[in-house]
Amino acid sequence: MSSLTDLSVHELHELLIKREVSAVEVAKTYLKRIDEVDSKVRAYLTLTPDQALAQAEEADRCLSRDVEEATPLTGIPMGIKDVICTCGVRTTCGSRMLENFVPPYSATVIERLEAHGAVMLGKLNMDEFAMGSSTENSAFYPTHNPWDLERVPGGSSGGSAASVAARTCACSLGSDTGGSIRQPSSHCGVVGMKPTYGRVSRYGLVAFASSLDQIGPITRDVTDCALLLNVISGYDPRDSTSIPRDVPDYTLSLIPGLEGCTIGLPKEYFVSGLDPDVERAVKTAVSALEGQGARLVEVSLPHTEYAVATYYIIAPAEASSNLSRYDGVKYGLRAQGFKDLTDMYKKTRSQGFGPEVKRRIMIGTYSLSSGYYDAYYKKASQVRTLIVQDFRHAFKDCDVIAAPVAPTSAFRLGEKVDDPLQMYLSDIFTIPANLAGIPGISVPCGMDHNGLPIGLQLMATHFGEQSLLKAAYNLELAMGPWRNWPAV
Amino acid sequence: MKITVSEIEHVADLARLSLERDEIKDLSRQLNNILGYIAKLEELDTGGIRPTTHALELTNVFREDRSMPSLSVDEALSNAPEHEKGMFGVPKII
Repeated sequence: MSSLTDLSVHELHELLIKREVSAVEVAKTYLKRIDEVDSKVRAYLTLTPDQALAQAEEADRCLSRDVEEATPLTGIPMGIKDVICTCGVRTTCGSRMLENFVPPYSATVIERLEAHGAVMLGKLNMDEFAMGSSTENSAFYPTHNPWDLERVPGGSSGGSAASVAARTCACSLGSDTGGSIRQPSSHCGVVGMKPTYGRVSRYGLVAFASSLDQIGPITRDVTDCALLLNVISGYDPRDSTSIPRDVPDYTLSLIPGLEGCTIGLPKEYFVSGLDPDVERAVKTAVSALEGQGARLVEVSLPHTEYAVATYYIIAPAEASSNLSRYDGVKYGLRAQGFKDLTDMYKKTRSQGFGPEVKRRIMIGTYSLSSGYYDAYYKKASQVRTLIVQDFRHAFKDCDVIAAPVAPTSAFRLGEKVDDPLQMYLSDIFTIPANLAGIPGISVPCGMDHNGLPIGLQLMATHFGEQSLLKAAYNLELAMGPWRNWPAV
Repeated sequence: MKITVSEIEHVADLARLSLERDEIKDLSRQLNNILGYIAKLEELDTGGIRPTTHALELTNVFREDRSMPSLSVDEALSNAPEHEKGMFGVPKII
């Protein structure tokens, strides 16, 4: 038998309900593994061993009382991106501003996970306020890619993806504003889904860009993704943008065969700048989907090349407004030694925010400021309409769009930190789904010549998660189950 | 469009950020780079196109105006840098 920490959530669940292993044993095994390898990967910002063991004991009580009461997540050890509020457990957002912030309430997704018996091991590293593509913008330390410790895990949910790949949690939650779940999942060789905007409640998710942010699962395989999505999805009256729509059982989409499914290949995603290894892996994966019965068609998303520019107006504009709440009054840092109120605001914000966050606040404030609104924010919102229309047209001809997640595999630590624009361009293939609000998933589909994982991105129309899961599951079937873990 | 140093200082003031001299220098280069890239949008004729501020067509969500359970005063103040008599503490304003 492979090590407990190598098992997927559904495999672990089988052992738990047969009582071949206890939830406490599982939690202790994970805590031991974190102790052994996290000094290299640095995926965690905060560990919660006492809470984890208490939750595991409760899970064991549930499992020994009546196995029928157990859910697929009972006793499953998870990590949570540190942008999601956890009552009584500090939630830093990767920022000095919130270094000592202890939320007095939990996010809706956390309440749901707890109600399903999940066990929380700790909080995971991220780019400060989820702004970044490498986790190097964390105010505390960068996370390392478990496949090659000299490389970034991607970002902003770098800790969430790296911990799943390093087997320091069974699965995790991330958040995705411009690719922050899919890109690190691709770089770490795990499955990561950004659900449709409004599918998962954002209540308790620290806001970055409210019209784009969405919480989603990061897992070892597609089945685990469906299991987690089942639990976190659904309407929440505390999030006015969550959609009142029934949640299907997503595991019912995990069926072999793609007959009747048309997969669109957007020609604008297969352009120069795309690494040859990535292109080869993506095309091999697409052929595998064809082998499962899917029909392939070429589609066009003509405004793709404008997506990054559009995003870097809209997201910073929303961020500059959302982050105005950090004023040194209600929570978070307050600087010392100020002259007056305005000086307190300025000193607090200048000490509390790192360079990337300041950059985005500056871009956002500039583009919303008097005289520039029409040229920037309004213009970008109009181009956003064109991008939404691109997808609408494309989905007339196909059910699922297949594309690369990122133009390259994981880059080296430090490689892009001095060039923000190059860093922004690494999200070129993931940003459009956020602008359009559609779901996207990254599924491992191969390795490059350096032995680094590559992900295939699948996108579907609003609330098309079932099509995504079905296609992703068929990719796993065709390519053999992904049981390829880094030797960290 | 080029952003000047005095514009950067003005925007920083609006955003309640105080920037060091070398931060302004770096930002000036980086913001002009980024804004130069963003200028790409000018290639597109967007006349008459309705802006999208939200990916899904949502209408305002109303609820009945009645009180619901919420954080206690102590919980709400639990992270405040300074508080007194159940209120947030701020520097003298007037």
